[in-house]
Amino acid sequence: MTLLDDAPLADGAGAAGGAAKGMPEQPKRKVRGLTRPEWAEYAIALVAGISLALLLRTLLDWDDVMGSAIIAGIAFIGVHYLIVRERTSPDVALDKVVTTMMWTVGAVIVAMLLWMLSYVAVRGLKLLNWTFLTTDLSTTGSLEEGGGALHAIIGTAEQVAIATMVVVPVAVLTAVYLHELKGRLAGLIRFVVDSLSGVPSIVAGLLIFTVWPGYAGIKASAALAILTLPIVTRASEEILRTVPDSLREASLALGAPQWKVVLRVVLPTARTGLATATILGVARMAGETAPALYTAFGSASVNLNPLNGSQSSLPLFVWDLIRVPDQRQNDRAWAGALVLVIIVLVLFATARWLSARADKKLGRR
Amino acid sequence: MSAISPQVPIRPSDRPSRGDRIFRGFTVGAAMLALVTVLVAIVFLANEARPALSSTGLKNFFTTTIWNGFIGQFGILGVMVGTMIIATIAMIVAVPAALSMALFINEYAPRKVGRLLTSVVDLLAALPSLIFGMWGRDAFQQKLVPVARWLSDHLYAIPFFRLSATDVVLVRSSFVVGVIVGIMVIPIITSIARDVMAQAPRDVCEAALGLGGTRWGMIRTVILPFGRSGIVGGILLAFGRALGETIAVALIIQLTFDINWHVLEAGGSSVAGLIAVRFGEATPLERSGLIAAGFALLVLTFCVNLIARRIVKRGQVK
Repeated sequence: MTLLDDAPLADGAGAAGGAAKGMPEQPKRKVRGLTRPEWAEYAIALVAGISLALLLRTLLDWDDVMGSAIIAGIAFIGVHYLIVRERTSPDVALDKVVTTMMWTVGAVIVAMLLWMLSYVAVRGLKLLNWTFLTTDLSTTGSLEEGGGALHAIIGTAEQVAIATMVVVPVAVLTAVYLHELKGRLAGLIRFVVDSLSGVPSIVAGLLIFTVWPGYAGIKASAALAILTLPIVTRASEEILRTVPDSLREASLALGAPQWKVVLRVVLPTARTGLATATILGVARMAGETAPALYTAFGSASVNLNPLNGSQSSLPLFVWDLIRVPDQRQNDRAWAGALVLVIIVLVLFATARWLSARADKKLGRR
Repeated sequence: MSAISPQVPIRPSDRPSRGDRIFRGFTVGAAMLALVTVLVAIVFLANEARPALSSTGLKNFFTTTIWNGFIGQFGILGVMVGTMIIATIAMIVAVPAALSMALFINEYAPRKVGRLLTSVVDLLAALPSLIFGMWGRDAFQQKLVPVARWLSDHLYAIPFFRLSATDVVLVRSSFVVGVIVGIMVIPIITSIARDVMAQAPRDVCEAALGLGGTRWGMIRTVILPFGRSGIVGGILLAFGRALGETIAVALIIQLTFDINWHVLEAGGSSVAGLIAVRFGEATPLERSGLIAAGFALLVLTFCVNLIARRIVKRGQVK
């Protein structure tokens, strides 16, 4: 993109300088944005499309707004294609159609996301307050008011923290083995990590259930760890790949043993990237329901001990309450979902901010 | 290597120092953990699945649709086909949308719009499937009813879109779940497709444009052929993910064990959703059956994933 957008203008000015002498100054051609005739084409097509849809709507006596909008859109694309083909060529017209469709797809996906987030916010805000965050459901009947998700928040925090403490060192060391040491088993390990990354989340839970039966928060942590290990490993490997080889070679040439090179040079250089990968892994774990279903199982009261006894987590709390046909419980579930979404959004924004800062520091972009 | 004196020349050696050997041991240990996990998974799941498999018989397990914990019959044909139906619908939704997004961000969009859309796609990947499931169940599926109605009214030439009766319910169907799972897997395809498309040789792209080609012409003749294997691999990876999707499916679908080819009607099935819903109140024998089904799903996603990675990798070498 950059080459296309910036270079031709500069190059053209330099190379054509000799030949263009004496010729009248050409108006600068805009590379981005639309020219006036192109604007006109869009406007005409838009008017034509809308009027066609309105005409059909009146003639055929429709009352379906969505259907009319879709007809208008299709008519717009068709008319636009015809006009552009008349003025230029079929190829250019096709390009315009593709461009319109891509903008549409982009807009639809953004709209979907906004719809989903705002829907969660609207349903969740009904019950989300201080009481919700500071009480559990142990003494609240399903029809009573009050009660909250404290037990679930504590459970999520503990389970995710334990899983992270296991996953991050193992994932980073595995990535070091794969990329820094390039050991004999690297092919096999990469294969295994790849196949782990395809494990369905519910199967990870089943696996822990069969290997380590009984309910406890730490068992959910184990299932979460299985799920996120391949993701964090892969991300870490990608990040290690961005550390310049000159750093490694310089430190090795100074006589440093490899372990020192990795621990004191490579990993500190990759610090920000590894932090980003970790944060995204944490966000992923916080939202996973299936691995916790038959490992932590869920409960209605605070269980501070992750080693023993069933424990709730935010996704479990939401899952249990959204499936009962009861308005108040469903409201609680939506409030829990909103808390979950906020957690994910905060983690996501943090990861973004970190990587943007790192990019700026390295002078990228 | 610790005490380096200038008099003695250091002799480079292939033999790692003690510190390096310890360090190497640590990393190998960590790396082996993944391997051990996979082996343990296979052994334990296979072992737990045995009672159900022996009471059903291996042939019946794969070829019948009867699921009954009391008589010990566990046939997964229906749920397996249901899983495939949902994943296929998901792909029909996700592939065009995800590829358009990838091309749009890489080639068409102004830089600011591109950056916004990158964030949107990443956020789509970060949001939990539980949220998609809840939104799908309470908000989105009602909006899909007119679409389903339209498909059944106008495209009944396609057998899947026919309805078995006129008064059937058009929510909680494979179609609804497929669309939602499709939205969920868009980021997988988009990110892989963007990576491989960005590797297309820039000089060839510019040559195509310089010869007077349009952007779309350049994409069709340079970028798509170049990125084909990566795109196919990305699609297969997303397919594998769609096969294993649990919570969104379990929240929305009305579980059946028979094969329901009427994808627009309520009723469908998925292995992962079945396990999530039934495991809690199942008898030990049915649990074994569910574990067997989970094991079969694991093998299936494993194969799909493996083929996908192979294809993606082949594309990168070129």
